[in-house]
Amino acid sequence: MKGPKLKFILGGVVIVAALVWLGFVGYEESKAYYITVEEFSGMQGQLEGKTVKVAGDVVDGSIDRGKTPMEFLIANGGKSLRVRYIGKDVIPDTFKDGSKAVVEGNVAADGIFQARHIEAKCASKYEAEYEKREK
Amino acid sequence: MSEFGNFCLLLALVLAVYGMFAAVFGAWRKQHRIVRSAEHAAIAACVSIALATASMLYLLITSDFSVSHVASASNRDLPVFYKIAALWGAHDGSMLLWVFVTSIFSGTVIYQNRYRYRDMMPWVVAILMLNLSFFLSLNLFLSNPFNQLVQVGANGSMMKYVAADGRGLNPLLQYWAMVIHPPILYLGFIGFVVPFAFAMGALITRQLGDAWIRTTRRWTLLTWLFLGTGLILGAKWAYVVLGWGGYWGWDPVENSSLMPWLIATAFLHSVIIQERKGMLKVWNMILVVMAYLLGVFGTFITRSGVVNSVHAFADSSLGKYFILYMGLVAIASLYLIIDRLPHLKSERPLDSVLSRESAFLFNNLMLVVACFAVLWGTMFPVLSEWLRGSKITVGPPFFNSVNIPIGLFLLLLTGVGPLFAWRKTSLESLKKAFFLPGILAAVSCVVLLALGMRNFYTTVCLTLCVFVAATILEEFYKATSIRARNSGENFALALSRLTLKNKRRYGGYIVHFGIVLIFVGLSGNAFNREVSQTMAPGDELKIGDYTLKLSDYKEIDTPNYVYGVTMLDAYKDGKFLRTLKPEKRFYKAGDQQSTTEVSMRSTPKEDLYTVFNGLSNDGRYEIKAHVNPLVFWVWFGAAVMVFGTMVTLLPDRKGAFATPSLSLDRSAGLEANMRSK
Repeated sequence: MKGPKLKFILGGVVIVAALVWLGFVGYEESKAYYITVEEFSGMQGQLEGKTVKVAGDVVDGSIDRGKTPMEFLIANGGKSLRVRYIGKDVIPDTFKDGSKAVVEGNVAADGIFQARHIEAKCASKYEAEYEKREK
Repeated sequence: MSEFGNFCLLLALVLAVYGMFAAVFGAWRKQHRIVRSAEHAAIAACVSIALATASMLYLLITSDFSVSHVASASNRDLPVFYKIAALWGAHDGSMLLWVFVTSIFSGTVIYQNRYRYRDMMPWVVAILMLNLSFFLSLNLFLSNPFNQLVQVGANGSMMKYVAADGRGLNPLLQYWAMVIHPPILYLGFIGFVVPFAFAMGALITRQLGDAWIRTTRRWTLLTWLFLGTGLILGAKWAYVVLGWGGYWGWDPVENSSLMPWLIATAFLHSVIIQERKGMLKVWNMILVVMAYLLGVFGTFITRSGVVNSVHAFADSSLGKYFILYMGLVAIASLYLIIDRLPHLKSERPLDSVLSRESAFLFNNLMLVVACFAVLWGTMFPVLSEWLRGSKITVGPPFFNSVNIPIGLFLLLLTGVGPLFAWRKTSLESLKKAFFLPGILAAVSCVVLLALGMRNFYTTVCLTLCVFVAATILEEFYKATSIRARNSGENFALALSRLTLKNKRRYGGYIVHFGIVLIFVGLSGNAFNREVSQTMAPGDELKIGDYTLKLSDYKEIDTPNYVYGVTMLDAYKDGKFLRTLKPEKRFYKAGDQQSTTEVSMRSTPKEDLYTVFNGLSNDGRYEIKAHVNPLVFWVWFGAAVMVFGTMVTLLPDRKGAFATPSLSLDRSAGLEANMRSK
């Protein structure tokens, strides 16, 4: 292989290797298992201290804004999970009774899930209901 | 009307499929009349789709709630502007918009080239129609917006059903940037079908000369412009409507529009090397195929719900068809590229690492690695589930740790690349070119450190911004003063004539300058501050130099929504600025979704951004305030980029497709002239 081409490839390899390393560090810092409430209740012992994302539907009437921090229940597959929101971000407008929520955080000693981040989706609800009616 | 719309879609599908086969058959048998009929069929298909879209708009405006899409995306009291926007307010209609936009692109290309590239065009038509047929079939059979609402009657029979009112347009979408964001983004996703069709046409006919590159480059630039504008509007929407204080969160939907943009950016650079040096031919083919596939992939991600995202619509059954289509396209195009390898030989080797060619290569490497990292991070939940059985997500730290260094390296290349000479740069000329920008950058770095800046990336970023801005301004200044001296024109006239004479070069510099401004804006991120407080009337909230005093609260009723608005008097160092009025809205249609209306005071230095988060249990007001430095420059830089791209896209006087090689030669001469000085 000729000089310049070899130099370019060597330079490229060094740069890409450095980026892969940076990517790995970022991955370790931010990885989170993504599971449903049902799966979560099945593997509680193994999850201590680990950051997980848990998905479920917000149980109607369970959002308790009276408590600070706020608490609510999410449920899926017959299991439910009590969540306490300790994050700083504004709670999304899509978060309300019945919406699909994903909470990110870990379990505290009292068994309540400490969520640092909430994502919620309800756009799908519009469609699901209409699909039901169409059938 | 819905039957008419349905019929138009079906007719369009028939015409598109006929067009595809007729074009291939005509090319194979060299029957020009058949090729013509294929082109006519293709254009008729596009007209038919336009009629279908028009009938859906009619249904929306007249609020015909017997149609499922209308009932799910609109409501009676919605303003007409949003009734039109409701076309893409839910899944099925957005597929129709997608098909409509595709048909505009396809029809324009076919019409524009009806007398050109006669060997290649049948294949281009065939590929455009293949693409159109695919999306039309999905639209017709899997997500048809013209479906009627039905319910099961008492005796088990199906009955038509008219909803009393629609469920309303998702309030989060009721914002001007969100209304134009999807169509523009779609233009950006779909536009890559044109370069792709020409690339495949060139491969099939083995006509791999300048023709396809020239047409492709312009279309790519246009598509790139739409995609970039779509990205920035999406960011603006996130900033103003979602109310979390930021504009980019590495969400899968955001990522899926960033990826084709990165690849298209790479292509726009590497194609210059192919035009001028005859290098990187295979690579460019691969980039075109990737840009197209990533465009389809972007649709796939937003449509299929494969990756969980706040933006994505309901899980739909479309996923497997997308995967099948993308797989087939990838295999077929890869086969074509490999089969035509002998025609894609590079015409010359790389001469030196310190050359323009090499700077372009590094630019391409970085953009593709960035795209790959984003793809990896976006798809990681899916990949890890396949490989290890558990779904693992990665967050912003992953994306940032890879992409910030890449971004900074690309910024550096933006500055040095254009100053490197083709083939080989001597150290002597480098010293000359970098003397002034280097000194300015060093001074600004020292100033930043002296001012107490300790954030590594921010310091590097701002230093590089000064450096790159200086190189760009110096290029403009040098060339303009040479021109002014030689022609006797005044400076302003010389500047505009210079730019217009060599639109690609100087338009490109303007785009680069816009990029620099965006980086200035991004660097402000490290200094964002936020404060949350539950306030009673008369209370004060302090953030940075600002004081916010809650002076009043009102509740107001409108036909579409009820809203509560807090009046926050903003003071800076004790001086009154203005009253900020963040709102909380409760929409009446559907299930009474609420939205947050941010109120902010934006200056080039920083944004004071306030959110009213609702009433607390004891009747006080939950207020959140952010101070986000330099965000203004992100939007301003984006506007500069759009302007620069438009300069580049301005038609030459000889017509839109006049040979660019002429102007390139001229720029080469000018460059040589400048370097000798």
